[in-house]
Amino acid sequence: MVEITIRKRPRTDAVVTQRKFFKKTARGKVIKVIRERYLRNDVSCGIEHCGLCESGSEATLPASGAFDHELYPNGHLIVPDTNVFLSQMDLMESNSFNPHIVLLQTVMEEVRHRSLPLFNRLKGLVKAEDKNIWVFYNEYRSETAVIREEEETPNDRNDRGIRKATAWYNEHLSLARPPIRGKLQPPLPTAILLTDDVANRQKAEKDRIPCISIRRYVEGMKKSGLLLDLLSTAGEEIEPTKAVAARQVLYPAYLPMSTLLAGVKAGQLHQGHFNANQYNYLEGNVPAPAFSKPVLLVGREHMNRAVQGDIVAVEIFPESEWKAPADEVVDQEATLRNDDASDSEEEREDDEALAEQKLLAVEAAKRRAAERQPTGRVVGIIKRNWRSYVHSEARYLNLQYVFTPHRRYVCHIDSTSLTSSNTTSLSQQTVFATPVSRLLPRIRLRTRQAPTLVGQKILVTIDRWLATSRYPEGHFVRALGKVETKEAEQESLLLEFDVPYRPFGKAILDCLPQQGDSWIVPPKSTTSPEWRDREDLRELLICSIDPPGCQDIDDALHARLLPNGNIEAGVHIADVSHFVLPDNPMDHEAAARGTTVYLVDKRIDMLPALLGTNLCSLRPHVERLAFSVIWELTPDAEIVNVRFTKSVIASKEAFTYEAAQLRKDDPNLNDDLTKGIRLLNSLAIKIKAARMAAGALNLASPEVKIQMDSPESSDPIDVEQKELLETNSLVEEFMLLANISVAKKIQETFPQTAVLRRHLPPPKTNFEKLQDILMKRKGMVLDVSSSGALAASLDKCLDPSEPAFNTLVRIMATRCMLSAEYFCSGSVSRDTFGHYGLASPIYTHFTSPIRRYADVLVHRQLSAAISYTTLHPSLHSKSHVERTLDVVNKRHRMAQMAGRASVEFFVGLALKARGEKQTVTEDAFVIRTFRNGLGVFVSKLGIEGLVMFKREIQFDADKYTITVPSDNGDTTISVFDKVTVRIEVEKDANTQRGKVKMTLVNPINSSAL
Amino acid sequence: MSSRVEILNDGGYRSDGRKQYELRDIVIDLSQRGTADGSASITHGLTEVLVEVFGPREAKVRAQTMHDRALINVEVNIVPFSTGERRKRSRGDKRILELGSTIKSTFEPVVQTSLYPRSEIDIFVHVLQQDGGLLQASINASTLALISAGIPLHDFVCAVTGGVHSTAPMLDLTTLEENDIPHVTVAVMPKTKKVTLVTMETRLHVDRFGDIFKLACEAGQVIHKEMKRAVSERTQKLVTAMEMGPRVVPSADVGDRDAMIDDLNDY
Repeated sequence: MVEITIRKRPRTDAVVTQRKFFKKTARGKVIKVIRERYLRNDVSCGIEHCGLCESGSEATLPASGAFDHELYPNGHLIVPDTNVFLSQMDLMESNSFNPHIVLLQTVMEEVRHRSLPLFNRLKGLVKAEDKNIWVFYNEYRSETAVIREEEETPNDRNDRGIRKATAWYNEHLSLARPPIRGKLQPPLPTAILLTDDVANRQKAEKDRIPCISIRRYVEGMKKSGLLLDLLSTAGEEIEPTKAVAARQVLYPAYLPMSTLLAGVKAGQLHQGHFNANQYNYLEGNVPAPAFSKPVLLVGREHMNRAVQGDIVAVEIFPESEWKAPADEVVDQEATLRNDDASDSEEEREDDEALAEQKLLAVEAAKRRAAERQPTGRVVGIIKRNWRSYVHSEARYLNLQYVFTPHRRYVCHIDSTSLTSSNTTSLSQQTVFATPVSRLLPRIRLRTRQAPTLVGQKILVTIDRWLATSRYPEGHFVRALGKVETKEAEQESLLLEFDVPYRPFGKAILDCLPQQGDSWIVPPKSTTSPEWRDREDLRELLICSIDPPGCQDIDDALHARLLPNGNIEAGVHIADVSHFVLPDNPMDHEAAARGTTVYLVDKRIDMLPALLGTNLCSLRPHVERLAFSVIWELTPDAEIVNVRFTKSVIASKEAFTYEAAQLRKDDPNLNDDLTKGIRLLNSLAIKIKAARMAAGALNLASPEVKIQMDSPESSDPIDVEQKELLETNSLVEEFMLLANISVAKKIQETFPQTAVLRRHLPPPKTNFEKLQDILMKRKGMVLDVSSSGALAASLDKCLDPSEPAFNTLVRIMATRCMLSAEYFCSGSVSRDTFGHYGLASPIYTHFTSPIRRYADVLVHRQLSAAISYTTLHPSLHSKSHVERTLDVVNKRHRMAQMAGRASVEFFVGLALKARGEKQTVTEDAFVIRTFRNGLGVFVSKLGIEGLVMFKREIQFDADKYTITVPSDNGDTTISVFDKVTVRIEVEKDANTQRGKVKMTLVNPINSSAL
Repeated sequence: MSSRVEILNDGGYRSDGRKQYELRDIVIDLSQRGTADGSASITHGLTEVLVEVFGPREAKVRAQTMHDRALINVEVNIVPFSTGERRKRSRGDKRILELGSTIKSTFEPVVQTSLYPRSEIDIFVHVLQQDGGLLQASINASTLALISAGIPLHDFVCAVTGGVHSTAPMLDLTTLEENDIPHVTVAVMPKTKKVTLVTMETRLHVDRFGDIFKLACEAGQVIHKEMKRAVSERTQKLVTAMEMGPRVVPSADVGDRDAMIDDLNDY
């Protein structure tokens, strides 16, 4: 039994042990709160062999301190201030920065208040094995606890606490080692306060506490070169800078946060996420709930330093100044080629900026009055996307920051911005980094390694964007590798979409069965835990049907005739929840990863490979644990009965889609397995028909398959479109049926916390543009009143001469829809459960637990619903389920985007390979028209591209046409027209970024235009 | 998002600097108050409860008189300034009535009511300050007040709150913790090792219940020691005062004290 004690708190100490403060509630009431605090003497200092503290064996800091700093030859340890972690996390996380750090509780809590993502990174840092960090709970140690004084701000109080703790450490170090007679005393190490706050340093110096700024500390380190690049410039804000006043202010200053919040509350200002326009860098928009259309921001000045994803406050101009979005493609690189990166001293209103303004003026004249939308300007930023901590006042705005990692952007160095290209030069220079994403502005950074970084992909974060600087300032984090090498591209892709790709750690692998890959289902017996309450389905003729080369087989099927004329059909899903137990390291990791990410040449698993591709994979001819859904269906595919059970199965065959199709179609084969497949197929056809009749959508996405040369070289040779067989649809129908059945069951049993998936109906306005184009160009009507109506009208969008037209419309319609999401059944109202695309009133994901975490949760809930196990407490908690699903939703979205980007990259490679032999020309459809170009979609390759015209062309926005004048008559091209384009991959000379360039070949050759 | 205070941080400290199994500071005052036959006040950290006991005396309401045993009447009064938000509660407030009836049913099997037929024992509970563990403090103070009134009890009643933060059990919760984590209040009779009250207003997972219950029973023993010490000190003082002499009374050892208290309890 544990030792229970009573903690004594002498009444006389109430001054330091009681804390009184006033709290204002949401209703505006002021409440007095008193909290007590128990001060102790047994809080360990973490120094090895400390004579005063009973630190035990966990103590990690050596008594002598570290000797690797030239300013402190006697050894030292550092006590960092909060601002170090807020602005210099990259430095702290660097592998080559590992001094002995005392992390104070005050600092931990301050970081937690400012930013949960940073706090989580900090926690990771404390646990990391290569770091030497001891958390000292200074607020609970009687000597170091401080109490806030009258008139003292919380910030000052914390600073004082940090100083007091530093002073205490210095004293403690000397006391902990009393002099031993006759022995030479080794020099005492110093505890140094590390802070960028000048005021704090001055106060520390007054109290004779050793302190130093981060830059100076790093400069004094023995391997400072690389670390200096990691230093964020944001930290220097606090430093007094010279000559700031001399610089010209380019952007209006932001309003103070309190004004912003009051303005948003009063409805004068509008708050929303800033979206940059990927075609025109001088334009962005902010969707605001008060308007049906997003608020348009035109020009650099009105966007006022907002970066993609920031939460901004915008002021709306009077209606007379509202504008329509531009139709022009404006490329940042083309316009601002000659901007000088290092002109930070005097940011001139140079030619480029003037040109930019001219451009805007010309453009403004051309804007159409008809499509005017609310226009405004950014007056302040409520939350920076690139800064992972929130302004302290903005926290009260109830903003939901689900999961905002510190943004890092993959960039290239702009080689023209280099001042010296001497590779041996280590002088610091200022260069531009161009982000891969078109949505972001160029970032200015200072680095010593510029020449070596040219031609590499690098990771950059933004630190600050001053009103006097045209571009944001950032710092270098890490080089990813040479551009266009697969490793660098792959890693940059994973980073860009925030996919966790570290190998699984030891703690996680320890959760696997001890037998490793020799694990088998034990022989059937009543005593073995595996067989408890499991049905023995080994005799059933079960098979799996998957794409070729599939290793993680998570579903298998069977069907057989019952004596009463009905059909028994079963879906058997890998029993992942048997291996992945709740609340262990493997479970946490899987929850954090959320999903397996499929790239063209790589798979980033959610679960360790032993489970994913072996123990859980329902491979043929071996016994595997499964979770089965078994229906009794009438021959007309109506459900008579459904039951769920844990089972043991032995798959008889693993088919590919083609193989299953061949087997089904072969009239000579009449064995039971083949009959089973035919039975399943006949049912699937009926189920699908019923689903379509209920109004399910048949959507299309531009999916292509990359043909690899050979598995080893993984050089793509060609791209082809995916082909869909009848058996694809067979598997799909049964998986949908299983998911729906399971969703009903868990929703019934756990109405508050069931993990479900829904697809909200898209707002009608999303379709307006598409409807208009279809009407004007083809005279077709798109009825979007319901999913059924949409499905029917999509079926009617046919162009007899162009079979691909229908697919194109479907793709464009898909883009108008919202994406499906996981949700917790208790947190939304019952009438929003429906799945729009599938036209099902309820839906969940149950069938792929190996690669999706939501399915694992569903498995656990279903298993509790059939009383096989008890439900883990975390799945009873609505907030926990919500939190988990938020992460899963986000990961899911990111994984999809990463997968698509990977395909795009490989299509580029394939094109390049093809282009070396001959020029690539493909048919394409026009999907958008611009004032100076066309947006085209190449369905065969599944890629989108831009055709730009340098010469003047006529543009009719209302009819969605452009007219290209030429000597032998004008050529008119409109949306949905089929054109032929030549596709080339060319390297951007500055950024080394491979770019797909398209030029029109037919109906008119645009290469000269 | 989670609350802004960590209930249990990685270093194993709770938000007020205690560890999981540490109880808050307990201060017991048994001095005489007014005309009450027995009174006691107890503080658990910042929760302070004062209890006055009157009786056994003739029942005020004749109709309630029972011929074979005494009636226990509990009235709870929560002063408006006991919480941060000043709030006046009427005597008919349902929560207060419930608290009173919980205390009443806790003590009914412990007080030897059959010794006083046709009489009434009044327990007046005044909550002066609240910071979690209200029921626990009220029960502990009532036990002490009954003892100081000299009413025979079968045993002490020691109550304590236990909660669980994810999987880590903890004892003696503050308001902050009570708002956030599931908890149970357990009242034990330390000598006979019987439990007279288990109550819970939040949902607690059944797998965790056993652990917390056992832990709370253990903690009851610790509180018992503290209560017993306070009672014997008070008695010591009274005895010294009664002997009215300047001579120094040799401090009685523990065995003697126990005998003394048993005498006090059993007459």
